[in-house]
Amino acid sequence: MSLEVNVTKRFEGFALHAEFTAGDAATAILGASGCGKSMTLRCIAGIVKPDEGRIVLDGRVLFDSARGIDLPPQQRNVGLLFQNYALFPNMTVERNILCALKKEKDPAARKAVCAEALRAMRLESLAKRLPGELSGGQQQRAALARILAGKPRILMLDEPFSALDSYLREEVEGEVGSLLAGFAGTVLLVTHNRDEAYRLCRDMIVMDGGEVLRAGTTKEVFADPRTCAAARLTGCKNILPCTRVDEHTVHLAGWEQDLTVALPVPEGCCAVGIRAHDFVPCAPGTPNSLPVQSVSTSENPFDWNLICTVPGGEARLWWKVSKGTLGSPPPAIPACLSAAPENIMPLV
Amino acid sequence: MDWYPLWNSLRIAGISCTAVFFLGIFSAYYIARLPRALKGVLDVVLTLPMVLPPTVVGYFLLLLFGAKRPLGIFFMEHFGVKLVMNWYSAIFASIVVAFPLMYRTARGAFESFDETLAWSAQTLGLSNTWIFWRVRMPCCRQGILAGTVLAFARALGEYGATSMIAGYTPGKTATIATTVYQLWRTNDEAGAMQWVLVDIAISAVVLLAVNLLERRQKQGGARA
Repeated sequence: MSLEVNVTKRFEGFALHAEFTAGDAATAILGASGCGKSMTLRCIAGIVKPDEGRIVLDGRVLFDSARGIDLPPQQRNVGLLFQNYALFPNMTVERNILCALKKEKDPAARKAVCAEALRAMRLESLAKRLPGELSGGQQQRAALARILAGKPRILMLDEPFSALDSYLREEVEGEVGSLLAGFAGTVLLVTHNRDEAYRLCRDMIVMDGGEVLRAGTTKEVFADPRTCAAARLTGCKNILPCTRVDEHTVHLAGWEQDLTVALPVPEGCCAVGIRAHDFVPCAPGTPNSLPVQSVSTSENPFDWNLICTVPGGEARLWWKVSKGTLGSPPPAIPACLSAAPENIMPLV
Repeated sequence: MDWYPLWNSLRIAGISCTAVFFLGIFSAYYIARLPRALKGVLDVVLTLPMVLPPTVVGYFLLLLFGAKRPLGIFFMEHFGVKLVMNWYSAIFASIVVAFPLMYRTARGAFESFDETLAWSAQTLGLSNTWIFWRVRMPCCRQGILAGTVLAFARALGEYGATSMIAGYTPGKTATIATTVYQLWRTNDEAGAMQWVLVDIAISAVVLLAVNLLERRQKQGGARA
């Protein structure tokens, strides 16, 4: 089970160049809106024709501009879940699912597969309803049932939770998570939510401005995003300009101070990323300590957000402190904050 | 009372409305996919008959189909058919003037269609023809229906181009519209009034039918 993608598509003022591979594990494509992630799924599905490149799914060439191969979406055998689910509004849930089973000529077999699909997604009682009469979560289950009934070789989900109310989202996410784990084939999950990507996918790809910035296992990418854009997308609050001193040292602008970094600092390193959770209060003179003063404090249900600046300067830090309980008081502002060398991510 | 004009008007409107239905939806479907510049040009050309005086349409039709014009001669020589001054000549006129109404409403309906429905259908392995008739058309039903009714009503009421290409021959090319004018011209005010009432009755029935259809659709709970 594998997917190889290397496609280019130019638009007015935007160029998509998506090059990556995905294996058996669920792979997240993380990116801000307009970065080309949905367009990539559409290229794989055959809805959008790339200008050039190659798409190979499980050894079968779906698209190859050099050899003039461009299979229509009907022959690609891909499952694509749209953000709005795209159920046919004029057909009941059952008929929507039966549509995906046109290849099966035997009506009895078709009915049986449909019944099984309804059962697996707990839709039996909704079989005769029209999509407009279902809630968002039910519509999503119906759309997934319809896609899975056709036995696709790849499952692609385009922002599957964005249309759901936040209280429903976690519940649905759990269901989709177990579905992804049980799916025999490649899974791509497009999202702009780093938490979703982290929870649901073992592998991930970070896209920005139509380019793949970083690919790897989710844990690797979060630990070492390598570029400023990828660090920002994975939720790093502090991206601090710096210059490289040597393989494991950078000079931090604003504080005019050296920091020790565990990861090798590449040539051309221009910033370091430090996650807001990774700061610890410390006394002046500790290694990697930065003198700070507090500017503002805001309270979340389970943590405190503090914005600190260098005394007498402009450069600022985000510091996040988990609360013990809902009523915990804000932390005292220390003289310095420090980050362990292994928690400092060199970025280019 | 001679009911020929009623029958003639209904068959002319029925045939041209059927033709316009297919011509309109297919032009709307394919033209929406063309590059913007070409689309703009075709849009103007295809909508012109809606704003031109019907006599101008009649003039162009006579230039094409007239007995001494290329198409007229061709059909006369090969099929022995005279394209003008017959009952069916009015069909050409009705098609040309009713077409823009169908085309524009269908295009509006297609443009508001959610393309992701078609894309998801394609990935499910459904053919484009199936998608067109089973998803796109039902979803655009309201607009298509409105266009068809407008086209039918326009074809039924067509006068200017019809009188030029089909003329007025009682029992042959007479339609309701041309009969009203003829009776009025010959001072038969009561006769004209009868046909006016018939025309109003047909139009009212058509519009009522549309309203009923729309209401039933809403009660059915279908959200297109």
